[in-house]
Amino acid sequence: MNAIDKTKPTEEKRSRYSAGVMEYRKMGYWQPDYEPKDTDVIAVFRITPQDGVDEIEAAAAVAGESSTATWTVVWTDRLTACDKYRAKCYRVDPVPNGPGSWFAYIAYDLDLFENGSIANLSASIIGNVFGFKPLKALRLEDMRLPVAYIKTFDGPATGIVVERERLDKFGRPLLGATVKPKLGLSGRNYGRVVYEALKGGLDFTKDDENINSQQFMHWRDRFLYCMEAVNKAQAASGEIKGTYLNVTAGTMEEMYERAEFAKNLGSSIIMIDLIIGYTAIQSMAKWCRRNDMILHLHRAGHSTYTRQKNHGVSFRVITKWMRLAGVDHIHAGTVVGKLEGDPHTTKGYYDLCREDFVPQNLAHGIFFDQPWASTRKLMPVASGGIHAGQMHQLIDLLGEDVVLQFGGGTIGHPMGIQAGATANRVALEAMILARNEGRDLLGEGPEILKEAARHCMPLKQALETWKDVTFNYTSTDTPDFVPQATAAE
Amino acid sequence: MRLTQGAFSFLPDLTDEQIAKQVQYCIDKGWAVNIEFTDDPHPRNTYWELWGHPMFDVPDAAGVMFELNECRKAYKGRHYIRVSAFDATHTWESLRLSFLTDRPADEPGFVLERQEIDGRSIRYTTRAYAANRPEGARY
Repeated sequence: MNAIDKTKPTEEKRSRYSAGVMEYRKMGYWQPDYEPKDTDVIAVFRITPQDGVDEIEAAAAVAGESSTATWTVVWTDRLTACDKYRAKCYRVDPVPNGPGSWFAYIAYDLDLFENGSIANLSASIIGNVFGFKPLKALRLEDMRLPVAYIKTFDGPATGIVVERERLDKFGRPLLGATVKPKLGLSGRNYGRVVYEALKGGLDFTKDDENINSQQFMHWRDRFLYCMEAVNKAQAASGEIKGTYLNVTAGTMEEMYERAEFAKNLGSSIIMIDLIIGYTAIQSMAKWCRRNDMILHLHRAGHSTYTRQKNHGVSFRVITKWMRLAGVDHIHAGTVVGKLEGDPHTTKGYYDLCREDFVPQNLAHGIFFDQPWASTRKLMPVASGGIHAGQMHQLIDLLGEDVVLQFGGGTIGHPMGIQAGATANRVALEAMILARNEGRDLLGEGPEILKEAARHCMPLKQALETWKDVTFNYTSTDTPDFVPQATAAE
Repeated sequence: MRLTQGAFSFLPDLTDEQIAKQVQYCIDKGWAVNIEFTDDPHPRNTYWELWGHPMFDVPDAAGVMFELNECRKAYKGRHYIRVSAFDATHTWESLRLSFLTDRPADEPGFVLERQEIDGRSIRYTTRAYAANRPEGARY
């Protein structure tokens, strides 16, 4: 019998595929000379290694654990074109003003990913690696998605251009409101809010993220009363109106049933929540494209992983995934409202939704040039704590291809919901008219609103009611490249 | 009722000076300006009658305002007239602005017809009162 040599080979003698543990950087996951190919997926992570762990080894480990590696050498690598399949970390930079953390750039060969599957892409990139012990924290900051991969997805079911054509609304933001209180209304009472808001001048009303089918309101009741309200408001105004019927449910079968019912009632739009998961979102997007339906996505749950800059997944990555996955609307921040949103970072999200080519812009948190190759455009939605008195800031910050959603800012109007809706619509139209005439919105905004209020009592009352409301807090998620002012003025 | 299609229907009717400024904005953006009219205001009536071709190469708003006034001479008071702007840029290739400039003196509005069908479902039809009369004799 041959004796087994149990002595460990020395480092010099040891080959790449000898059994045992080897540093990730030596296994091919650190390649500082690597030039990413046009077809590579590139991810940039913010890594915070445990004390004593070298940043290069940590970055190489992230590359390894998010692609082919396991903790030890396996001979079965040699049955594959393993050099191709290994992710390659090619660059590690210290985070400016962020001691102990680094930006690690990792390139992935396109063959690592299944066509048209966010589930597969995310299972690799954020699958195991976020729990890896040698790291204190890890954040996926941005991804460069190659055109070759983008073209394997359908993209938004409808897109901004066709949505506007279907609604016959051009040249101004769309207006919406979330029905409040978000829980507890019966179907009949809920429809009342929808009717008042749409008749008053809004284009859309919206179910909230947690309105599904509870004891106080069966979903079929809500859909029936809402469609009565939509049609009645449509006839009263001669304009297309809609309400986002939330079809989020416990199973795909139930979601399809609700979506079919919405379609049969003539709804132009349905809604889902981000928490249903990437595969369910893609399935619903395919259903919407087959059924001429606009698909609204509420980003419920995202702040659990997007808000802290040392750990999680940046919302800009989620935005890119959702444009691929095929939703038509996505909540992307208001800057001035009640929810998290640094102005530069938010601008980055809006660009990723609406532009066909987004150039690198580190001040906006955009790490890479991102071509979209004619993928349909995704309508961003600004919702949460905004009111008519901020109209000039909203249009200046967010542009015109956006849904502005005033929930409290419509329903909380002292003279009622119709008055609240009218105030918002008049403020919006006056501001767009003024902008197109070349007036300076930020300088003259309050004056423009005051002029418009002269022929619109509801606007006058709205400006009076909410004149002092601002949410001026420091943002937690800001790019680390330029000094940031968090404006909510 | 007041038909609220178009970008500025919640404001008082635009003056010609205001219309000209919007038209100039569109021309400065490189968009083609188009004048259309109809006496069928149904919200799904996409194809209003064209007043000539979309104006691709007019240098300033004066030319559009001239055509708008010609259109008014023929149809004002009896039809809706709208101005829209078309952007031929890649990935848009659609309208970028659309607003009413003129509306009939009297707008009777729409009736909402309900057809009760399976279970509690209802099939809705919106019909303009004016559309009961023949085209050209509605307002």
